Amino acid sequence: MSTELHIDWTRCDGRGLCTELLPHLLARDDWGYPLARRDRGGGLSDVEIGVNDLAAARDAVALCPTFALLLRPSP
Amino acid sequence: MTFAGLETAGSATGPWGRESRQLFAAGPFADLGRHELAFGRLTLERIDRSFISDLEGSGLTGRGGAAFSSWRKMVATNRDRGRAAQAVVVANGAEGEPLSFKDKTLLAHAPHLVLDGLLAAGRAVGAGQLYIYAGEASLATLRSAVAARRENPRIMVVPAPETFIAGEASAVVNSISNGVALPMDLRRRLSSSGVRGRPTLVFNVETLAHMALIARHGAAWFREAGTIGDPGTRLVSRSGYGAEQVLEVEGGASLPGILSRAGLDPATMHSVLVGGFHGEWVHPAGRQLSPPGKADGGVHPGAGVLHVLPAGECGLEATAGMVRYLAAASARQCGPCMFGLPAMSQAMDAVARGGHGPGPVQELERVSRLVDGRGSCHHPDGSVRLVRSALAIFSDDVAAHLAGSCTRFATRDP
Repeated sequence: MSTELHIDWTRCDGRGLCTELLPHLLARDDWGYPLARRDRGGGLSDVEIGVNDLAAARDAVALCPTFALLLRPSP
Repeated sequence: MTFAGLETAGSATGPWGRESRQLFAAGPFADLGRHELAFGRLTLERIDRSFISDLEGSGLTGRGGAAFSSWRKMVATNRDRGRAAQAVVVANGAEGEPLSFKDKTLLAHAPHLVLDGLLAAGRAVGAGQLYIYAGEASLATLRSAVAARRENPRIMVVPAPETFIAGEASAVVNSISNGVALPMDLRRRLSSSGVRGRPTLVFNVETLAHMALIARHGAAWFREAGTIGDPGTRLVSRSGYGAEQVLEVEGGASLPGILSRAGLDPATMHSVLVGGFHGEWVHPAGRQLSPPGKADGGVHPGAGVLHVLPAGECGLEATAGMVRYLAAASARQCGPCMFGLPAMSQAMDAVARGGHGPGPVQELERVSRLVDGRGSCHHPDGSVRLVRSALAIFSDDVAAHLAGSCTRFATRDP
């Protein structure tokens, strides 16, 4: 079962920590908000997390200052 | 087979078309007596979980915009709820879409059909609480309709704010639970945790009215209208050229056919906005009103809006006005929507003004990409859909505007 990093856009303030921990998956948009580098269909929002990125993704969830991130099974 | 439905010439009291046997069959402003005379009394005691199978057989889908299948929603609620939790059903009559008025019209003329559907849906999922959520204009009618009924559970009437986003399902739940009509990020589905943590079903009021008829006449009757993929009828709010009308049309109805029935000449109607401010501009010829994947040439009816671009109006300017409205209607909770929609609006304004070279069009496409899919609700995605369809359908106008003219006007002021 694969995992995705869900961004709660109602909480995200664009502090950018997740984009530093997962630079190959997330860039920043014009306003500083995390921008998926790849479109999984349906826009540049939540990203698929492979096993190699799982530790960094867990750090991003734990360290996000606005608690805007969640790791969950991919739909 | 066609259904005349009703026509509202500018207001809900306007002249009626030929009576249909369907949603408006009880006539204007039907009270409980006239409702039961037209449709017969619904024996609620006979409705139980097996009604979900009837809905499955009918193929009824939501008429509020998303066209999700109604029976699947009920099954999910029955599956996701804990053993103890009683479900909540909400009739959603909030109609913030500026070009939609079919729900207000339905609530004004057929409130008891909506209440029947709400009570039937409640029995199918064993609901402990029923709500009807609607704008100010519908509240008095609904309160007196609810007062005329003695069913258990009682139905609570809850006012909906008149904002664009107030009818989004998670905003409905947030409004009833917390008094804040803003969308929520859904970590758990509404079917497992909605109003005050209870498993919750939110149905558009028209969807419930169809349920009330399916409960009486069955799935096969519902399927007599429409197509195999898009059975039954749907209400359409028709505006933009002549008097506004509510029409009841069959599933898969052709757009030119609907326009002719509305008394318009389809040959002169080049551009129609289907689905509302979150919908898309189309050329009506050869297109049918049907949810995605249900018909060749299908255009998603969304909330049932058909807005004809009046002759002499520029589609790009009309769209720019809509995008300004959408930017202002952002709940301002999600960054990409809060900042992205005003940026889209600025670029759209520049395209509509014209004469700036290709820059604004490229900027519009770039910002649309940054906004699409990046919010807790579909407000950004719907806004992007509108803009992309305008650039496609009005491509001749885009080219003309870049050159400092417009196809709709002989000359343009710079």
